[in-house]
Amino acid sequence: MTVMDAPRLATTRPLLTAQGLSLRYGSVQALCDVSATVYPGEVLGIVGESGSGKSTFLRCLNLEETPDQGSYTLDLPDVSGNLFELDRFARRMLCATRIGIVYQNPHLGLLMKHSSSGNVAERLLVAGERRFAVLRDKARGALDASEFPLDRMDAPPIELSGGMQQRVQLAKAMALQPALLLLDEPTTGLDVSVQALVLDTLKRLQQEHNITMVIVSHDLGVIRTLADRVVVMRRGAVVEAGLVDQVFQDPQHAYTQQLVHAKL
Amino acid sequence: MTLQSLTRDWEPMAYGFLDASAKREIRRKLLKAIAVPGCQIPYASREVPMARGWGTGGLQVSCTLVTPRTRIKVIDQGADDSVNAASIRSFLARVSGAPTTSDTLEADLIQSRHRIPEERLRADQVLVLQVPNPEPLRPVQPNMSIARQMHADADYGRMWLQLYEQIVRSGRVMQGAAYPSLVNGRHVMTPSPIPRWDVPKLHMAQHLTLLSAGREKRLHAVPPFTRVEPLVFDDVPYRVEDHRDLTCYRSGARGFFMNEIPQADGSSLHEISDSDLGVKVIRRSEGEAVRIGETWYAGEEMP
Repeated sequence: MTVMDAPRLATTRPLLTAQGLSLRYGSVQALCDVSATVYPGEVLGIVGESGSGKSTFLRCLNLEETPDQGSYTLDLPDVSGNLFELDRFARRMLCATRIGIVYQNPHLGLLMKHSSSGNVAERLLVAGERRFAVLRDKARGALDASEFPLDRMDAPPIELSGGMQQRVQLAKAMALQPALLLLDEPTTGLDVSVQALVLDTLKRLQQEHNITMVIVSHDLGVIRTLADRVVVMRRGAVVEAGLVDQVFQDPQHAYTQQLVHAKL
Repeated sequence: MTLQSLTRDWEPMAYGFLDASAKREIRRKLLKAIAVPGCQIPYASREVPMARGWGTGGLQVSCTLVTPRTRIKVIDQGADDSVNAASIRSFLARVSGAPTTSDTLEADLIQSRHRIPEERLRADQVLVLQVPNPEPLRPVQPNMSIARQMHADADYGRMWLQLYEQIVRSGRVMQGAAYPSLVNGRHVMTPSPIPRWDVPKLHMAQHLTLLSAGREKRLHAVPPFTRVEPLVFDDVPYRVEDHRDLTCYRSGARGFFMNEIPQADGSSLHEISDSDLGVKVIRRSEGEAVRIGETWYAGEEMP
């Protein structure tokens, strides 16, 4: 299966290139020769049923997991080579400074008992900022950009609603202006109106900062709203890839057809 | 020659209570800890006739270092006469035959819970601190395996998160005891629950400080003349407790760390925390010739 590139972006070099990612958990083939490229400023959507390996793929992109095979490169000034070969320390620094991630479950991404602004400040602290006033300012700025109500910025996330927790995660992910933003089912579990507001924020941030995103969702509506290109996954493998409109209007693979029709 | 004459007489216990192999293990771990200042070294932590959490870590180090000529001082929150301090002191004296003292200047080995004496320690003195929880990263990283990785990577960014939270919540750093400090520019340690007042005393100190946690089975050390820097934000300076202007109601001494004694009418009196220093000040005012050593904050600006 060849991955189609968006024509208008074809002249630039891809920011993210993942090639031939394969991963087994015992007898389960979680990823089977998955490849993807994402160009700067582009939003790649990944859809698929539960257990299709889309979250595992995203965890590999966030360097939380190392696949058995495959290579992963980011086209950034001081980053080179296969990122899976980096040591623990280099991985952690790269993740902290260049990659932002928003998890479906806020408990994974946030320190629930610390303040929301502290959660954002943690990113800056890991990157080496040691001035309290600067931390405070930047945390406020990041929370404001993700449309978080600033009068609650010192409340711990555990006291906040689900939508607000996702906004804290987003502010934390965006605090260092990462080159790549990974979103793992960012709006699942939110009600439809809050979902729309969070999607709005994401779209605005994407347009303002022209940020490169990979978004995983089983909700085709979310993908249709945000993504430029889409990859359809099933049983750990990519079954179809292409422009969002093209894939959703004219699905080729039987599974994609089923998925699109189930939605409609 | 008989076999009997070649062997040692039976004794009910080894010298210094711990058996030779236990003491040898602790000595080796102490050397390791001194070689890597501030790094937590695991050790076996044998049983001693005291409950875990009552100073078993400090006691094992003291039992290992003691000789019949070591003069021992034991303090608990600055006091020589608290039950815990008196029991440990009498135990150490009984198992080693070592002389005891309450005078900081005379002591060779000082085992302490939660305080460093106010009189400056010399190069020939050893301070043993009892540590309940040696892991500074525990409040920010409950997973100890990851915490050890963070130590290995010197990944201490999250320690400042704790300070950030305290400033946001209370307007100032609230960490009263066990203030996390960077040792020799490499390892962050928790300097046992000594007050903020005592942390600067460890910086470039002449004496050797050994910190041992019996329950957690870890020990670490601050060798003489080692940098110990409390973690601070660049724009929020480190402050010790505001005890500089308090006066001890018994001895009249000023400029030392004080215990607060609440009174029935809601006010409070203050009493010098280092009880031996308080006694010395009183005896001097009564006309006795008492030698009081140089104190840590004498005449200089407190941070």
